[in-house]
Amino acid sequence: MAEDLINSFMTGPDENGRFGMFGGRFVSETLMPLILELEEQYENAKTDQSFWDEMHDLWTHYVGRPSPLYHAARLTAHLGGAKIYMKRDELNHTGAHKINNVLGQIILARRMGKTRIIAETGAGQHGVATATVCAKFGLKCVVYMGAHDVERQAPNVFRMRLLGAEVVPVTSGRGTLKDAMNDALRDWVTNVRDTFYCIGTVAGPHPYPAMVRDFQSIIGTEAKEQMQAAEGRLPDTIVAAIGGGSNAMGLFYPFLDDKSVNIIGVEAGGKGVNAKMEHCASLTGGRPGVLHGNRTYLLQDDDGQILEGYSISAGLDYPGIGPEHSWLHDIGRAEYVSITDAEALEAFKLCCEQEGIIPALEPSHALAHVMKIAPDLPHDHIICMNMCGRGDKDIFTVAKHLGVDIDTGS
Amino acid sequence: MTRIDRKFAALKAEGKKAFVAYVMAGDPDAETSLEIIRGLPGAGVDVIEMGMPFTDPMADGPTIQLAGQRALAGGQTLQKTLDMVLAFRETDDETPIVMMGYYNPIYNRGVDRFLADAREAGIDGLIVVDLPPEEDAELCIPAQAAGLNFIRLATPTTDDKRLPKVLTNTSGFVYYVSITGITGAAEAQAADVGPEVARIKAKTDLPVIVGFGIRTPEAAEAIASVADGAVVGSAIVKLIEQERPVPEILAYVRSLADGAHRA
Repeated sequence: MAEDLINSFMTGPDENGRFGMFGGRFVSETLMPLILELEEQYENAKTDQSFWDEMHDLWTHYVGRPSPLYHAARLTAHLGGAKIYMKRDELNHTGAHKINNVLGQIILARRMGKTRIIAETGAGQHGVATATVCAKFGLKCVVYMGAHDVERQAPNVFRMRLLGAEVVPVTSGRGTLKDAMNDALRDWVTNVRDTFYCIGTVAGPHPYPAMVRDFQSIIGTEAKEQMQAAEGRLPDTIVAAIGGGSNAMGLFYPFLDDKSVNIIGVEAGGKGVNAKMEHCASLTGGRPGVLHGNRTYLLQDDDGQILEGYSISAGLDYPGIGPEHSWLHDIGRAEYVSITDAEALEAFKLCCEQEGIIPALEPSHALAHVMKIAPDLPHDHIICMNMCGRGDKDIFTVAKHLGVDIDTGS
Repeated sequence: MTRIDRKFAALKAEGKKAFVAYVMAGDPDAETSLEIIRGLPGAGVDVIEMGMPFTDPMADGPTIQLAGQRALAGGQTLQKTLDMVLAFRETDDETPIVMMGYYNPIYNRGVDRFLADAREAGIDGLIVVDLPPEEDAELCIPAQAAGLNFIRLATPTTDDKRLPKVLTNTSGFVYYVSITGITGAAEAQAADVGPEVARIKAKTDLPVIVGFGIRTPEAAEAIASVADGAVVGSAIVKLIEQERPVPEILAYVRSLADGAHRA
């Protein structure tokens, strides 16, 4: 391991799906043959040019890639320090980065002859992306969503249903994202022959964390090229929000071996990272454990029972984090910080006012950290943050927190 | 030799099939749970499988999920589960106890500490659902070294190519999961299970016990007749959920045990 570290941060995971001590394949025996088959099929696809040709064709003509790299000039001037760029993945079809990964997994599912796709979703963005791509290919789609989230994300539930997906409200446990993932796994264990489980983030048993990272890496690969074109060099700092961590891993991965680049992941601090656990900051407020097929940092109590996270952002509301982030945290290659609900709301408002971009609450967390650090950095310091989703889905939540009645506008 | 090995040797000598009963530790509360567990051997149970409650039981259906939630809401912890086994052992040093659950509470306690405590308490074997052979170094190998049986699940998706991997490092018995699915779901069919059990027995001398989807004395008999024994969990736990009196629960367990023993 030590030798690997000297050469590259990009070689993981190992053949057992480990990033250092994190990751692995902690699943029941029924699922084990399935994830081994998935791993084999993914390894084949990865080196098959026709697979990537199909991906790039759809990324270009269906998703709208490459997404722009945008110099946020007014925000830069307003903060008075570092030069701020935004990677505009909120302009993708379906409004977030989620579709980058979904396309890859569904093309793979089709190659494997699977006819039924299942997914879990929190805020509904991954569910909408999955329902969208399933509609495009005429595949049956079942989305598991915590009953609590079904209630607070009604527009996305309607979108998924319009797209022909069956949305199953999950009432087991406490009816949140982690319970939705449990129920998706229960479905998969029951329907092993025809079903493909399309996981929405860089978590779960190997090969999911690596596979989802690879599909999302288009974000960082593009950003690197675009930054070269715009500035003739690498950025100094890259910043992304983290729930499970797929948009962040997608931006970070192509930069891991560029030692001059500071990498910062921003977790959801909710009402504050303290003993009351009203947050989703697994790295800053949790400790290593095993859940949903992988070892990673988790929010848990003294007895190893998993705690519910809390965040204003339903997309960050998960008590774990992708195992590669846990590893990058422990070896110190990336820095992880947290931002509270209140700070994220401030960033949300500032972005609307200064840049004419309504951001999702998830990247608002990343932007809030940019607001903290940019003023003290020199003008020639370049920050690239991942604007990974648009805020249309969040206007009801934001209105509520700002004390505005959205029907009367007062 | 553990109590599990001795029990199966004795059953074999008598030409009897095994009946294994599953209950969740601490369900509906610690006191009632201990009373039920103490009554199981007298109701004909050969091996007790005790669930360790976990917030995220991914392989379990609603009945066992709710049992875990009841236990956790009542304050059940891994320590209290260990204490419960210790209390059971005060009056019964014969009946094997297998702990069944998920890895995180064990990992959280620390594997070495857990194994020492489990042995001390009088636990004989472990079934940890989310530890496939690929993760043997985590707990399976240390558990065997500590003198505990590590019982593996084999499933309908465990094909011939994979079966040897599943059987390596397995001890005590093999738990064949009769269906693809979660506990308490589809009904196990003896016609499907028989050939699968034969397939596994061709590769191992260990007893093969079948669980998942067995609810009635008739089903226990039918399944036990094509295997070395049968496990019933959700059907018993359902009675606990309905707050039936302990004697009534144990009477039903007796009928299940009689079914399996008729086979």
